[in-house]
Amino acid sequence: MSRAATADAVYDESGGKNYINAEKGVVSWLTTVDHKRIGLMYLVSTLTMFMIAGIFALILRIELMKAGEDFLTPAMYNQAFTLHGAMMVFLFIIPAIPGGLGNFILPIMIGAKDVAFPKLNLLSLYLYWTGSIFTASSIVSTGLDTGWTFYVPYSTTVSQTSVIAVTFGAFILGFSSILTGLNFIVTIHKLRAPGVTWYRLPLMLWAIYATSIVQILATPVLAITLLLLILERAFQVGIFDPKLGGDPVLYQHFFWFYSHPAVYIMILPGMGIISDIIAVHSHRRIFGYKAIAFSSVAIALVGFLVWGHHMFTSGQSELASTIFSFITFFVAVPSGVKVFNWTSTMWGGSIAWSTPMLYAMSFLFLFTIGGLTGLPLAMVGLDLHLHDTYFVVAHFHYVMMGGAVIAFIGGLHHWWPKMTGRMYHETPAKIACALIFVGFNMTFFTQFFLGTRGMPRRYHTYLDQFQPLHAFSTFGSWVLGAGLFLVLFTFIHSLLKGERAPKNPWGGKSLEWETSSPPPTENFHRTPVVTHGPYDFATTGK
Amino acid sequence: MMSASTEAHEKGSPDFVVAHHFDSADTQFDAGRLGIWLFLVTEVLFFGGLFCAFFIYRNWYFDSFVEAHHHLDKQMGALNTVFLITSSLTMALAVRAAQRTKRSETVNMLFVTFLLAGCFLVVKYFEYTHKIHDGLLPGAMFSAQGFATQHAGVFFAIYFVMTGIHGLHVVIGMGLILWILIRAHRGDFSSRYYAPVEGVGLYWHLVDLIWIYLFPLLYLVG
Repeated sequence: MSRAATADAVYDESGGKNYINAEKGVVSWLTTVDHKRIGLMYLVSTLTMFMIAGIFALILRIELMKAGEDFLTPAMYNQAFTLHGAMMVFLFIIPAIPGGLGNFILPIMIGAKDVAFPKLNLLSLYLYWTGSIFTASSIVSTGLDTGWTFYVPYSTTVSQTSVIAVTFGAFILGFSSILTGLNFIVTIHKLRAPGVTWYRLPLMLWAIYATSIVQILATPVLAITLLLLILERAFQVGIFDPKLGGDPVLYQHFFWFYSHPAVYIMILPGMGIISDIIAVHSHRRIFGYKAIAFSSVAIALVGFLVWGHHMFTSGQSELASTIFSFITFFVAVPSGVKVFNWTSTMWGGSIAWSTPMLYAMSFLFLFTIGGLTGLPLAMVGLDLHLHDTYFVVAHFHYVMMGGAVIAFIGGLHHWWPKMTGRMYHETPAKIACALIFVGFNMTFFTQFFLGTRGMPRRYHTYLDQFQPLHAFSTFGSWVLGAGLFLVLFTFIHSLLKGERAPKNPWGGKSLEWETSSPPPTENFHRTPVVTHGPYDFATTGK
Repeated sequence: MMSASTEAHEKGSPDFVVAHHFDSADTQFDAGRLGIWLFLVTEVLFFGGLFCAFFIYRNWYFDSFVEAHHHLDKQMGALNTVFLITSSLTMALAVRAAQRTKRSETVNMLFVTFLLAGCFLVVKYFEYTHKIHDGLLPGAMFSAQGFATQHAGVFFAIYFVMTGIHGLHVVIGMGLILWILIRAHRGDFSSRYYAPVEGVGLYWHLVDLIWIYLFPLLYLVG
């Protein structure tokens, strides 16, 4: 059989069979162990959570348009910002890129048929759903008003809301995250196709690998922290209760030992996406492959040593604060290495002004602002002023939304044709990108000013002098919201009426572009043998 | 794929499945082993948080810790240490027997391991009952009288949380041992396929190892 020689023809002759239509029915999806289907279910689930948490954000901004109590009571406001934060962090940003895009793309990029432990992969999706139900159940029960950080002693002794349900949900979500990370590390180590050496991995995978290390090493600490919190609230065991000799600051140490590395769980995969988008859409060999690859690992490791910068005002010793401040500055080095390498990659490339590329450009701009505004926050003296103000809110959103989420949406556009087999309409997609960029900056750049002028975070009202800036920020949130809904519309339109996607719409060189769109269940009809790197483009600069 | 299924059938050893996405039984075995080790890393970090809390509070409330630890039963702790160390040995022998396709020896060793784990839990049950009876409980539930120092409740919080979570690991371990015991009895394992025995074995050694730290820290040093 000449199947091997004419692999291309086989894809077309396979009778239109692919992973989506290979089996039919809800049960076939719920019992699947195919990483692509699991990835798709992750995407739908996390995007749903993104929408719910985003609607909370819009409600918050409407309440903040005018000073005083408008339509949310202070207690309702507290619950809305808590659920916005908790759902965005635990149900959307952390699982979305590894669980959704990562699951889909990782095995294909290394020429494997699946992840190393497919059933474990399905289990992690089920755990995600279980954790989501616990967390989201608080919306219909008594809500949650602790902030997404669940700080003790408020969460253990004062709050009347469903702390245990949500923290137990986050506990379960942690296991989901650990299993995903574990699966990916083993898959990258053991299932690379012949010729896929470590330095031939797309940079997306170096980023996912670094993320997985953080997931494995940090998440267990969150698990024990939340377990202690639950025991504290249920039985008053006293480990975090100052009245019984416990220490609430110990909770903060434990919490941030996970939650600071967790921001790298959120941003690192985004950086991986950007590396791939920029190289492919500039048709240019990536500049500084090893520098980008190892800076991911460096960020993951240094990220473990900076948690104390969340606690400059928590009564930590001056010496500890100084050391944490210094190490925090050090994170800027590998991040800077990445930004310069991405910019250099574009230089002399043949840049396509496609939607993914526009998102990548937005990312560069927004992430740079987000990163640079992190530096003043790392200075102990300045942070005493800016701590718990809108400056922190703006910085955080520039990195998380302007960085991770923009990269995620860019990645969705980049791999959309591969995942669905459909092209999307470029014009509305670009308009959406522009709306998101403008709306995002209107919303959050304003908040840097609010913060430096003393607007504290998590307040449902404010002094009159902040009113114009708050109103402007709220208008921005509408533009941002409109942009995001336009993305949704573009994707739905693409599913219904989009053109059939070719195998390789962007001219990429990594393995996922060598199989059909959408790929067959087994990804490749025969195991590919790789003889070139993922970014070996003809144009290698001027 | 071909080679994998041939490997599975060679030498008349029992059947096992090489999943479709692995190119050989060896890759599947290596992947499983790496997965287990990574899981053990997460376990170490999970308990790491508790050990950290132990050291901080011991440093703060040294006198309370010294006073409170005299209320733990060293004999029972030592007995449990013997049970767990012996069970680690029998587990290691079970893995060895499985690797050499010695079915009945595997089953016997796993059975002894299971029994020793049960003995550990029985002793733990008597210890807990005794503590509860004396009111030596965590935090707000602490009701024992006659303590010279203030913070014995913190010690018992650490004690109950650490040994409780460890005990939960023992219970889970017994479930896993039972599962491979049944599979071993059915004749699933051979020198070509013993990954589940080895995986459960590694987990069991970790459970033992954590106790080896818990016993001196809580019972002897205090």
